[in-house]
Amino acid sequence: MRFMLLFSRQGKLRLQKWYLATSDKERKKMVRELMQVVLARKPKMCSFLEWRDLKVVYKRYASLYFCCAIEGQDNELITLELIHRYVELLDKYFGSVCELDIIFNFEKAYFILDEFLMGGDVQDTSKKSVLKAIEQADLLQEVRAGPVRKRRKRTKAKGALPTLDTLPAGPSCPFPTSLWRLAPKAPGWPAGPQALTARGGR
Amino acid sequence: MSDIVEKTLTALPGLFLQNQSVSGPAAAKASFSSRLGGLVRGITALTSKHEEEKLIQQELNNLKATVSAPTTTLKMMKECMVRLIYCEMLGYDASFGYIHAIKLAQQGNLLEKRVGYLAVSLFLHESHELLLLLVNTVVKDLQSTNLVEVCMALTIVSQIFPREMIPAVLPLIEDKLQHSKEIIRRKAVLALYKFYLIAPNQVQHIHIKFRKALCDRDVGVMAASLHIYLRMIKENSSAYKDLTGSFVTILKQVVGGKLPVDFNYHSVPAPWLQIQLLRILGLLGKDDQRTSELMYDVLDESLRRAELNHNVTYAILFECVHTVYSVYPKSELLEKAAKCIGRFVLSPKINLKYLGLKALTYVIQQDPTLALQHQMTIIECLDHPDPIIKREVLGEYSYLLDKETPEEVITKLYKLLRSDSISSETKAWIIAAVTKLTPQAHSSNIVERLIQEFTTSLDTCLRQHAFELKHLHENVKFMKGLLPVDKSCEDMVVDASLSFLDGFVAEELSQGAAPYKPHHQRQEEKLSQGKVLSFEPYGLSFSSSGFSGRQSPAGISLGSDISGNSTETGLKETNSLKLEGIKKLWGKEGYLPKKESKTGDETEALPVPQENIIMENVDQIITKNDQSQALTQSKEEKEKQLLASSLFVGLGSESTISLLGKADTLSHKFRRKSKVKETKSGQTTTAENVTRSSFSSSSNVTYEEDYYLDNFQDRGDKEIKKFSLNSELLDSESLTELPLIEKISNCRLSTPSLFAVNNMEVFHPPQSTAASVANEISLASSLLEETTEHMHSDLMEVCHNETISVSSYKIWKDECLLMVWSVFNKSASELKSANLEIAPAENFKITEQPGCCLPVIEAESTRNFQYSVQMEKPFTEGNLSGFINYQVMDTHSVQLEFSVNLSLLDFIRPLKISTEDFGKLWLSFANDVKQNVKMSESQAALPSTLKALQQELRLHVVDIIGNEGLLACQLLPSIPCLLHFRVHGDMLALWFRSSCSTLPDYLLYQCQKIIFHYRLLQDIEYNSLWYTLRKLRPREVKY
Repeated sequence: MRFMLLFSRQGKLRLQKWYLATSDKERKKMVRELMQVVLARKPKMCSFLEWRDLKVVYKRYASLYFCCAIEGQDNELITLELIHRYVELLDKYFGSVCELDIIFNFEKAYFILDEFLMGGDVQDTSKKSVLKAIEQADLLQEVRAGPVRKRRKRTKAKGALPTLDTLPAGPSCPFPTSLWRLAPKAPGWPAGPQALTARGGR
Repeated sequence: MSDIVEKTLTALPGLFLQNQSVSGPAAAKASFSSRLGGLVRGITALTSKHEEEKLIQQELNNLKATVSAPTTTLKMMKECMVRLIYCEMLGYDASFGYIHAIKLAQQGNLLEKRVGYLAVSLFLHESHELLLLLVNTVVKDLQSTNLVEVCMALTIVSQIFPREMIPAVLPLIEDKLQHSKEIIRRKAVLALYKFYLIAPNQVQHIHIKFRKALCDRDVGVMAASLHIYLRMIKENSSAYKDLTGSFVTILKQVVGGKLPVDFNYHSVPAPWLQIQLLRILGLLGKDDQRTSELMYDVLDESLRRAELNHNVTYAILFECVHTVYSVYPKSELLEKAAKCIGRFVLSPKINLKYLGLKALTYVIQQDPTLALQHQMTIIECLDHPDPIIKREVLGEYSYLLDKETPEEVITKLYKLLRSDSISSETKAWIIAAVTKLTPQAHSSNIVERLIQEFTTSLDTCLRQHAFELKHLHENVKFMKGLLPVDKSCEDMVVDASLSFLDGFVAEELSQGAAPYKPHHQRQEEKLSQGKVLSFEPYGLSFSSSGFSGRQSPAGISLGSDISGNSTETGLKETNSLKLEGIKKLWGKEGYLPKKESKTGDETEALPVPQENIIMENVDQIITKNDQSQALTQSKEEKEKQLLASSLFVGLGSESTISLLGKADTLSHKFRRKSKVKETKSGQTTTAENVTRSSFSSSSNVTYEEDYYLDNFQDRGDKEIKKFSLNSELLDSESLTELPLIEKISNCRLSTPSLFAVNNMEVFHPPQSTAASVANEISLASSLLEETTEHMHSDLMEVCHNETISVSSYKIWKDECLLMVWSVFNKSASELKSANLEIAPAENFKITEQPGCCLPVIEAESTRNFQYSVQMEKPFTEGNLSGFINYQVMDTHSVQLEFSVNLSLLDFIRPLKISTEDFGKLWLSFANDVKQNVKMSESQAALPSTLKALQQELRLHVVDIIGNEGLLACQLLPSIPCLLHFRVHGDMLALWFRSSCSTLPDYLLYQCQKIIFHYRLLQDIEYNSLWYTLRKLRPREVKY
C-alpha cells in the first residue's frame, strides 16, 4: 500500500499515513486531488478507481471516507476488507467509534493503525492480538503516569459525550454518528451491525 | 486495629504521592488535552478559510513559544506535539517542532515516547537530515528490556529509517528474530522486509534467517515472512522453486481451517495469508508445468472452498482465478475459474462487476468463448451509470480480437448499434469502440456503412462520433498513430480539453467538414470527444436591411442616448457587476424592452412589438458601434486589429495545416502574395462607407508601410521558423518578453506575427523578389487600406495548374466577409477572357465586387477577384465553391474548380456596447449556455484570458469588474451574443446569452478551445514543460 487517508465528507483530512517517501508538496497535492475525485463519486459507484498510476480503494463509513492507494497487482477486494478491519479495530477500541473519536484522539487511531499495518502491509490480522498490543502499551503508560484509568468504554447512551455538547452546531460540524450506523449494510458485512447490537445489549 | 492503622499509615505516603502525581499531571493533561479539543472546536466553529489560517497561525506561534521554553515539561511537550501533528494535517507548516519530536522520542517516558515516535514518523521523510538524530534513540530502545519500547523502535524502523544507518541497527534486529515473544519476532521480520525494500544488499546475508521465520511456530511471524518472499520471488522466481511445496502445504492448512480461530476474518480463515500465498504460487508456477502441477490441488480446493457469499471470499476467489490463469494452464481449473468470473460479472454488486470485467480481460486471452457467454452482460454494463465500468467494457472488445477478426467484432457492434433497445449514449460508446477497432480491420465495408448511416443520425452525439470515425477513417495512417494496437485496451482519451481533437478537427475543417459543437451533458463524462455540434438551425437572422436603417433618425437619437448613458455606466463600473443584481434591479423597474420602447416611441411614434424593438436596439447598437469605431480608430487600434488578425490566423485552418506539416510551398506563396498586393492597387472597393475612407489619409502611410514590412516578415517567418523553431523555443529570455498571446501562437508554431511583434530582425526577402517588393512598397499606401483597416486571413492556395494558381484570403470587414481570390498567371503568355465564378450557396448571399471579369491576365501577374459574402442562414461550417476559366493563346479554354471553407467564426464581429447596454441586452435574451472551465491561474489571469479571447475570436471586452468580465460580439448581420465570465478559485464560469439558440454553443466551444490553449501555456510556463515540448515535433504535441 502506498498511503491511507481518512477524510470527512466536508473534505477535511482526519488521518494520513504514507508508506512511501513522498515530498510534503506532493502529498498535499495528492490529498487534495484524491479528495476531490472521491468526494465527487456517487454512492452507487464502485469503490475502486484508477488514479494516476495507482488503484484507489475507498469506502465511506458514516461521514468518514477511508481511502487506500494500492499498486498494480494488489487485490482491491482485500484492501476493502483491510479498511473494514481497521474500522472494526477502531470500533472495538473506542467503543462504537464515531468521527469525533478520531478527531479528538487521532494519535490513538494512528497507534492502532501502526499496530495493524506495518510499512503498508498487514502485520497482524488478528483483531484480538492487535488490541492486546495496544492495550498493553496503553496500560504500561498509564501505570507509569498514575493509577490505571479505565479506557473510556462508551455505552449506547451516547448523550453524555463530552465533546458533543460543546461542539457548535452548523453545517461544518461533523455529525457524531457511529461509523457503523451509516455504514452501507451490504449483505456482505455481517459483523458490523451485529457488533453494534451486541454492544447495545451491554 | 493497630495493624490496620499501621497499614493505612504506611500506605498514606504512597497514596498521597499517588494522588499528587495524579492531580498534578492529570490536571495538566486535562488542560492540555482540552487545548487540542479547544483547537478542534475553534476550527470547527470558523466559517472561512482565512479565519482558520489566522487561528492556526496564532496556535503555531503559541506552540513555538511553548516548545522552546526551558520550563516546558515533557508531558506538556507531548500535548504540544499532538497539536502540531494536527496543524500539519491541516496543511500548515510546523517544521519548528520536528527537532522537539525527536527529543521527545529520546527523553520521554513510554507515554511521551510513543507520541514522539509518531510525530517523527508523520513529520519526517526517509531522507530528512534530522532523522540521523533518531538513530541513537532507536538503538537504545531496541536494547531495552521493555517490550513496548522494543516494539516502538521496531515500528519506527519499519516506517522511516535512513538507509545509510541500517548497519547500526541491523544486528540488533537480527537478534530479535530469536526473541521469545512472537510480536517482537513478527515486527523484526517486517522491519527486515522494509530494509530489503530500501537496501536489498544489506540484508542478503540473512536470507537463511528468513527461512527460519517462514517455519516459525507462530502464524503471524510466518505470515510476515511471506512479504519478503513475495518480493524476492517476484525478482527471481527460479531461486525459490524448492519452497513451492512448503507454500502449498501452508495454504492447504489455511484453507483447511487449521489455523487458530484468532486469524479468522468473518469466519474465513486468514484471508490475507491466503491471498499472499496465492500470489506467491502464481509467480512460482508461471510458465513452469512441473511446479504448477504441485499446486493444482490446492488451487482447486481454494476455488471450491470460497462459496461463502462474502466480500472477503470474493477477494480470495479473485486472487485464485488470477493465479489459475498465471500458472501453467490446466483446462479443468481454467473452466472452474471462468465460471467464477461469471459470478463476478453477473453479480449485482458493482465492485464485483468491475473486478469481473477486469478479470475477463485476461480470461479472454485464454478462452474467448467465455467472453461470448458474457456478451450480453458486457453490453448491459455499457448502460451502467458508473463511467469506470464503461471504460472497462470498452477495452473488452479489443480483447476479443485475439480469436476473432476485427471485422467480425465490428459487425457485431454494428448490429448492436442498429438495435433500438440501447440508449444513445451507449451507442456513442459503441461507436467509440468501433473507432478503436477500425485501424486493425482490413476491410472496412461495415465501417463505411456505419459512417454513412450515423453521420445523418438525429442524435448529435452519435453523429459527432460518426464524423470522427469518418475523418479518421479517411486518414488511416493518422488513425493508426492515434490508436495504436497495443494500447487498444487502455481507455481512449480522457482529456477534458479538446486538445486531442485539435489536430484532426483542423484536418476535417480543411476537408470541408462541419465543425462540432459542445453538448453540455457530455462534459461530466470528461469525454474529450463529447464535444458535439448542434446542428439545429439558428433563429431567423435579421436581414441586412437593418443596416440601411442605421442612417435613420432612430439610430442617431439612440447614439446620443447612449452617450448620455455613459456617465451612468461609469458609476456602475465602480461597483462589482453582479448579473443577478442587475436582473433584480431591472425586474423592479420594469422589463427592459418596455424602457427601450420609449426610445422607439420617440422616433417612430408607434408601439412596436417587442422582438422588433430588440432588433432595432441591436441595429442601433451596431450603428453606434460603427460610429465609435470610426471615431476611435487610431493607429493603435489598427495595430491591435492587425495583431489580432494575425493571431486569429494562427487559429484558422491554414495554421493547423502547417502544423500537420503541409506548409511547404511557402516561398512560392510569398511571391504570390507580393503580387496580390501589387495588383490590388488597381481595384478599390466601393463597399466602404464614407467614414472609413477618410482614414486612408497620408497620416497612415508610414504605418501601413510598417505593416507591410511586417507582412514580409510574417511570410518569411514561416520559413525561418521551420528551421529556427527549436532555437527559438530555447531562447527563454525572448519568450518571457513576449506577451502571452504571442506565446500561444509560438506554441502552435503557426502564427506569423511572432517576429513582427517581438521587434526581431526584419526579414529580408530573397533577391529575386526584391524588385517587386520595392515596387509594392511604393504602392502600399494606396493599396492596403482595405487590408490594414480590417483583419484578414493568410493567403491560401485553393487550386492551381501549370499556368495559373488561385489563392484566396478573407477580409473580415465590419459588415460582411470579403473574399478575395487572386489569380496568378505563372506562364509567360497572357491569359484571355479569364472569368471567375462562384457557385451560389444556400447559406450565403454573394455579391460580386466590380472588376470580376477580366479580359486579359498578363504574363506573370496577378489579378484579384473580390466577392462580399453575407450570411443568409446561420450555419456552422459552409463551403464556397467556384471555378475559374480562361483561354491560353486563343486556343482552348481551361476550367479550374476550387472551394473555400467558411466557418461561423468568419461572421463574428465585436459588438461594442457599454456595460449599461450589456445589462439591458442580457435580460432580453432567452438562450443561454453555462459552462465551467478549469483554469490554472485564478483572478490574475482573467484580464489576459479575456484579451486572448478578444483577439482570437474578435470579441469586444465590454468591462472587467473584479473577478467578472463582460464580452460582447455579434454574428453578422446582426445577431448579438453576450458573454459573461466569472473566476472563482481556479474555475472560470462561462455564461453566454444570445437571441440565437445555437450561437452560444458555438462560441462556447471556441472559447473553451482558446482558454485551453491559454491554460496550457501557463502550465508550460510554470511547469517548465518547455523542455518536453521542445523535444516533440509540432504534430506530436498532444496535451
